[in-house]
Amino acid sequence: MAKTLYEKIFDKHVVLAQEDTYLIYIDRHLIHEVTSPQAFEGLKIHDRPLWRKESIVAVPDHNVPTTDRDKGIQDPISKIQVETLDQNCKDHNLLQFDMSDVRQGIVHVIGPEQGLTLPGMTIVCGDSHTSTHGAFGALAMGIGTSEVEHVMATQCLIQKKLKTMKIDVQGKTHPLVSAKDIALFVIGQIGTAGGTGYAIEFCGDAIQQLSMEGRMTLCNMAIEAGARSGMVAVDDTTINYLKNKPFAPKNGMWDLAEKEWRTLHSDIDAVFDKVVEIDATMIEPQVSWGTSPEMVKGISESIPKKSNLTSDKHLDFQRALEYMGLNENTPINEISVDKVFIGSCTNSRIEDLREAARYLKGKKINPSIKLAMAVPGSGIVKKQAESEGLDKIFMESGFQWRDPGCSMCLAMNADRLESGERCASTSNRNFEGRQGQGGRTHLVSPAMAAAAAVHGHFVDIRNEEISG
Amino acid sequence: MDKFKHIVSKVIPLDRSNVDTDAIIPKQFLKSIKRTGFGPNLFDEWRYLDHGEPGMDNSKRSINPDFVLNKPQFKDSKILLVRENFGCGSSREHAPWALLDFGIKVIIAESFADIFYNNCFKNGILPITLQKDEIEELFSETETKTLEIEVNLEKQFVKSLKSYSFEIDEFKKSSLLNGLDEIGLTLENKGVIANFEKSYFSNYPWLKQE
Repeated sequence: MAKTLYEKIFDKHVVLAQEDTYLIYIDRHLIHEVTSPQAFEGLKIHDRPLWRKESIVAVPDHNVPTTDRDKGIQDPISKIQVETLDQNCKDHNLLQFDMSDVRQGIVHVIGPEQGLTLPGMTIVCGDSHTSTHGAFGALAMGIGTSEVEHVMATQCLIQKKLKTMKIDVQGKTHPLVSAKDIALFVIGQIGTAGGTGYAIEFCGDAIQQLSMEGRMTLCNMAIEAGARSGMVAVDDTTINYLKNKPFAPKNGMWDLAEKEWRTLHSDIDAVFDKVVEIDATMIEPQVSWGTSPEMVKGISESIPKKSNLTSDKHLDFQRALEYMGLNENTPINEISVDKVFIGSCTNSRIEDLREAARYLKGKKINPSIKLAMAVPGSGIVKKQAESEGLDKIFMESGFQWRDPGCSMCLAMNADRLESGERCASTSNRNFEGRQGQGGRTHLVSPAMAAAAAVHGHFVDIRNEEISG
Repeated sequence: MDKFKHIVSKVIPLDRSNVDTDAIIPKQFLKSIKRTGFGPNLFDEWRYLDHGEPGMDNSKRSINPDFVLNKPQFKDSKILLVRENFGCGSSREHAPWALLDFGIKVIIAESFADIFYNNCFKNGILPITLQKDEIEELFSETETKTLEIEVNLEKQFVKSLKSYSFEIDEFKKSSLLNGLDEIGLTLENKGVIANFEKSYFSNYPWLKQE
């Protein structure tokens, strides 16, 4: 029977089936400091061992400082959380990339970068953006801490089958329209609950043309459309990316693995529960204007008019505008910003930094910008960027060049917005208070964030001069 | 986990859609390494007028009197009524921990985000999905008076002026009713898991390489 990619991977991992409830096997378990301590504590209370410690890879990312790292973590509560992870890894002899390791970074950046994320795997992490790893033709999803504990103790998860959704992006996007714009556009179309209950597979010409970095950005944002899991089929781009990654299989094992990986795509006649077709040529650079990622418009458009929305949306619309300090019908390119953040598990990979730096080369950020920061996704990304001279381009333009971590995506460390400040951010959530209480977030691509830094307001990157 | 019991309680009407987990429990409180103590910071940014940080004495902070959770009649309520897509955003289980710590045992909504929905069951909270018009009806009833609702999980209904039936997965229902330890349950299949691993790694040997 023809199967979707999701069904192929799911079926291979079924340990036990009881009616429509399954016990599925988990290949890779990524952990970080925020959602793991209570799981370790639970194991200890019940005196339960880890089932397969080799499946676990740990990294601190949410709380780590992005400056003066040699001085350690200043916030005593953050410090305890990171030290607790260190201790748990030591007690259980787990692989950890700690704060002093060049391989440290955002969990969803380092997994793929190290070849710890492989096609066909089931991958979990106590973090909703685990969907990122689906870019490799893996079934990857975010779980809560109770499930983290469950996987640690049993190597399994109790699951129902998700419904399947195919998002088919046909045609070619404009060269300056990025994976982030595709993601935001899709969320604008189907809504933040559009993918609830589904595993999304992204396909079509526009997706095949994306690099692995682009596919990761796209799958990362699947959760913002409500889908626990986003995925892209394996092709040459996937295989080429993985070759020679430190933890990827080698020699004969590689050949065996590649043969299996090449089967990881939906069969031609596979049936999806839902199909969404999108014309790539319609997608322009996107900017979110409200407090939910579905409140998003193209750069040439304006914030909606209340009268054009159905009445059940009025209350949320009004609340969002008030929080954002904006008026209905305001053209997107008239919105000015105070701060710019390039980073997060959505957009902090080498290609994202190159995209922003290509635009910034020879330009200065606008004097109205209070702070512009570039935060690489990992120590390896940082090193690579520095070897290409990107750090100099960022700093010469007026950006701060930081150490890797989640940083101002969720502002658990010292990097945050003050109340009322408006930020062009390459992160994934524009919820109230996400980047700091009272802070106002506009989600954009790295190039759009860089352009907003230079102009002090949003501009259409397609009309900008790019020297690089 | 405690067994889920029959509940009769006043319902807190929180008239919002897309309430995200950042709103339910802001990130500064995620630095705790415990599962308890999050209740006073549930909906922190809406509930208080000042900025909250871990370690503050919450009884001394200025309360937002307009926020529904602060109304004296809802002090001991166990049921929260909301609109669609409740619990969207991050996977933080601190969100259900905070709700539970406050005393919430039931959330009635038009829809829930997947990870949050799942996390509720792991903590003995019952998330109930009703139709849009039924949610509307309940909200309009709360406009004129403090509404008391009866929740019966066994028979799958909620009752205010009217009775509404709801759907729930059988496995999840029995986990709640019996207060099951899911890890213990899965570990009863230790041998099955070990056998699976054996054949799995012989089919995909590169996954065993570490």
